[in-house]
Amino acid sequence: MAEAHPQRNLILILARDLASRLATPVFVVDHEGTLVYFNEAAEPVLGRTYAETGELRAGGWATEWSPTDDEGRPIPLEDLPLGVAFREGRASHRSFRIVGGDRVARAIEATAFPLLIREDEIVGAIAVFWERPPEGTTGR
Amino acid sequence: MKVRVWGCRGSLASPGPETVRFGGQTSCVSVQLSDGSLLILDAGSGIRPLGMALGGDHPERIDVFITHLHTDHIEGLRFFDPIWDPSVELNVWGPPSPIRGLRSRIAPYFAPPFFPVHLRSIPSHPEFRDTPTRTWRIGSAAVTAQLVKHPGPTVGYRVEENGHALAYLPDHEPALGSDLSTVGTEWISGFALAEGSTVLLHDAQYTKAEYDERVGWGHSSTEDAVTFGRRAGAERLVLFHHDPLHTDTQLEGVLARAKELSASGPDEVELAREGMTFEL
Ligand SMILES: [Zn+2]
Ligand SMILES: [Zn+2]
Repeated sequence: MAEAHPQRNLILILARDLASRLATPVFVVDHEGTLVYFNEAAEPVLGRTYAETGELRAGGWATEWSPTDDEGRPIPLEDLPLGVAFREGRASHRSFRIVGGDRVARAIEATAFPLLIREDEIVGAIAVFWERPPEGTTGR
Repeated sequence: MKVRVWGCRGSLASPGPETVRFGGQTSCVSVQLSDGSLLILDAGSGIRPLGMALGGDHPERIDVFITHLHTDHIEGLRFFDPIWDPSVELNVWGPPSPIRGLRSRIAPYFAPPFFPVHLRSIPSHPEFRDTPTRTWRIGSAAVTAQLVKHPGPTVGYRVEENGHALAYLPDHEPALGSDLSTVGTEWISGFALAEGSTVLLHDAQYTKAEYDERVGWGHSSTEDAVTFGRRAGAERLVLFHHDPLHTDTQLEGVLARAKELSASGPDEVELAREGMTFEL
């Protein structure tokens, strides 16, 4: 059964299938924190397609989009919602800024939650995110 | 290993003159290993004739592997003769839910009002074991269980011995949410279980037209079963879990369609039927 890519856990397969059908931007990482998928809805926010980035290790995706707080201070991986969800096994939410692959800076909000198949076994995590509406508007 | 199909009907036992050729018993497959160990895949109604065929002659230890707790996969366990024999060491393996172990989930089937005898009063005192996440050994075989796409916690099994592998995925809808013909193989539910298998027993409950009306019910069309078998590189695909409404004549039509589809592999495609045997 040895192969380049080991079989993905079913929960991760289902997460990716679900994400691929949502109109909300979704980012999926596996049990090691490696980015394994983001959906089409995420592409305009991230300024890149998943086909362009492919899989990225945690250290890679955490800097790929240069996340900073509203004052411009870099946010380390462990303080990003996905980092918290992954490390602490709980849901996490935060507003921050990123620079897309198209070099456009965007203010976003993200909510992440862990994919736990047992209390102590994590097979990945999911972040849902969206662009914050410009100041002075309410968005939808 | 010697494999025998004792039941290959899906959902509901369907005896009668229109199902005699393929059989009406629900899922059950016996696997006799070269060291004499007896493994049983699922405990649908087909396990009752298996128990009768064993007579008093069964091995001291029997391992039953349940894919999931839908009734067509466990309804026969209560009528499997060896469970009434106190000298049998009976291990029942199956998927845990994320919250509860197998024993507590299966116990209601062995209790009033569904059954007159309580689980704790069953003479063989079966041991219920959650399937491990890694491959483990039973007798001379390596057994792998992995969660697969089907409503509720459901596993498929792979039994390997002497370089041959039997893959058993009786209830499986790998095409749900995925384009089976293009998606990367590591993203196909059940792929690792079936990869390069000598014999693949796979769900093919529906025709394409039926499947289109029943997406998400947890089963596969003939088309998807053949595509799955081809992607997995199975040598021999055996279509399993026949719909209770499908008569022998309709199933012959399913087989003809499967053969048409499998022109480019798997090498062999056939329909499971009661009494069918394989030597791997
Ligand atoms: Zn079934
Ligand atoms: Zn089922």
